[in-house]
Amino acid sequence: MLRDGLLEAVRLLLTGDQDTWSITALTLRVSLTATAVALLLGVPLGTALALGRFPGRRVLHAAANTGMGLPPVVVGLFVTVLLWRSGPLGAFGLLYTPTAMVVAQAVIATPIVAALTAAALQQVDPDFLLQMRALGATRTRALWALLAEARLPLIAAGLAGFGAVVSEVGAAQMVGGNIQGETRVLTTAAVLATGRGQFALAIAFGLVLLTIAFAVNLFVTLAQQRERASTSARSSSA
Amino acid sequence: MPRSIPVLVLAVVLLLVGCGSTATPAPSAAGPSAEKSLILATTTSTQDSGLLDELLPAFTRDSGWQVKTLAVGSGQAIELGRRGEADVLLVHSPAAEQAFVAEGTAGQRRLVMHNDFVLVGPANDPAGVRDLDGVGVFGKIAAAQALFVSRGDDSGTNAREKDLWKKAGITPEGSWYQATGQGMGATLRVASEKAGYTLSDRATYLAQRDTLALDVLSEGDPGLLNVYHVIEMTTKAGERVQPDGARAFADWITAPPAQQRIGAFGQAEFGQALFTPDAGKDEAGLGT
Repeated sequence: MLRDGLLEAVRLLLTGDQDTWSITALTLRVSLTATAVALLLGVPLGTALALGRFPGRRVLHAAANTGMGLPPVVVGLFVTVLLWRSGPLGAFGLLYTPTAMVVAQAVIATPIVAALTAAALQQVDPDFLLQMRALGATRTRALWALLAEARLPLIAAGLAGFGAVVSEVGAAQMVGGNIQGETRVLTTAAVLATGRGQFALAIAFGLVLLTIAFAVNLFVTLAQQRERASTSARSSSA
Repeated sequence: MPRSIPVLVLAVVLLLVGCGSTATPAPSAAGPSAEKSLILATTTSTQDSGLLDELLPAFTRDSGWQVKTLAVGSGQAIELGRRGEADVLLVHSPAAEQAFVAEGTAGQRRLVMHNDFVLVGPANDPAGVRDLDGVGVFGKIAAAQALFVSRGDDSGTNAREKDLWKKAGITPEGSWYQATGQGMGATLRVASEKAGYTLSDRATYLAQRDTLALDVLSEGDPGLLNVYHVIEMTTKAGERVQPDGARAFADWITAPPAQQRIGAFGQAEFGQALFTPDAGKDEAGLGT
């Protein structure tokens, strides 16, 4: 069965099976967009959690940490209820569209990015910001330098967010509806194929999913490590 | 600040990939497909058997309506209709349907097709139910405390199963009675793996027979008839319901060309039709 699945996966990818490619493209599109949104929201939020001085910061920080384990099904349920035709955001007609899936997945990934960003920034020497300010950097510049200093764990935060959303099935199923050609992604397609008793196909979808997740991670990791190698070379020559 | 450049590049790339790709489908979403897109709430059996894959592309070609299918249990499908979240329903839970139509938010309800339920179980038949009638089967399984796997999801199949237990005068409970809460395909799989009995619609069973260690043990009882109706929703259920789409779908699926497709579906692959088209027939005369 596993061998059949592997062969089927190779066949689907090599023969350029239209359905598989469109499902794969949609999976990447939805999950990468959701990750981008999560980075946009999560990095500033995480920065505020790590460095900000405002009431309720610790509670919020704990909430973000809890949010790292947000069950996708629960997020899916809340987003579904909000987007129902009869719900508060029903006028937009977003339920069962890729946009709804992006919203749900961004909700899942944002706390992950925020919590890991906060953890990354708190790792940096607390005097770093003070020193930058003492050297005459503006507040914004100092903050940029801090983010740059912590860029490797920040990239890891993005990858963790992406990994969480590309592999989840609960929210994608609930807010997307697994509609053929529109909101069917690799995870929901695998569930459907299993329900239909098409195991080789289901395994093939699973392998395609692993492959693209690996490709994205490989690309980012290579960029990350090259960067690391070049900075260490620079600092040792200095 | 050269060090931050890779991070910036990464963020920009992610954004471009994200925005670029969300922007691409927008024209099509604003085009003909979004203008005319209806939501069909239906049962897992119509999707798991592959019938919808056969019918819907033809409907879209003929009518211009795109269909978003939500394959859920009949109970949930009716609930989606009641809330105005779906425009049209294709369901098989007659008693629940009649009660629902009586509430007044639904429009016309029309007969589409039928097949039948079959009782399937392991070939060695530990409870000895082979060829018994519908009600007798359930009494025997309960008496033998043989494993029975129920859908447990308020689907049409689940409703019928509960009805049959009731007719047999049994309240099924105990470790031999297990509910999966999943669709027909998944439930058949569980029954097969655990060597238990279950009630399935014939179409889903036939479509998956090759991968299951389950035989048909009881069939043909009038109590096992499985009738599908199409129900149009109206704006009384919710202001965003699209009655014209509902009407287009219901008219199409009960018209001769679609009925012909239904009758032919499965013959090539399984050697027998999975559904019998019934539009316009008298429901009382079905299965005779």
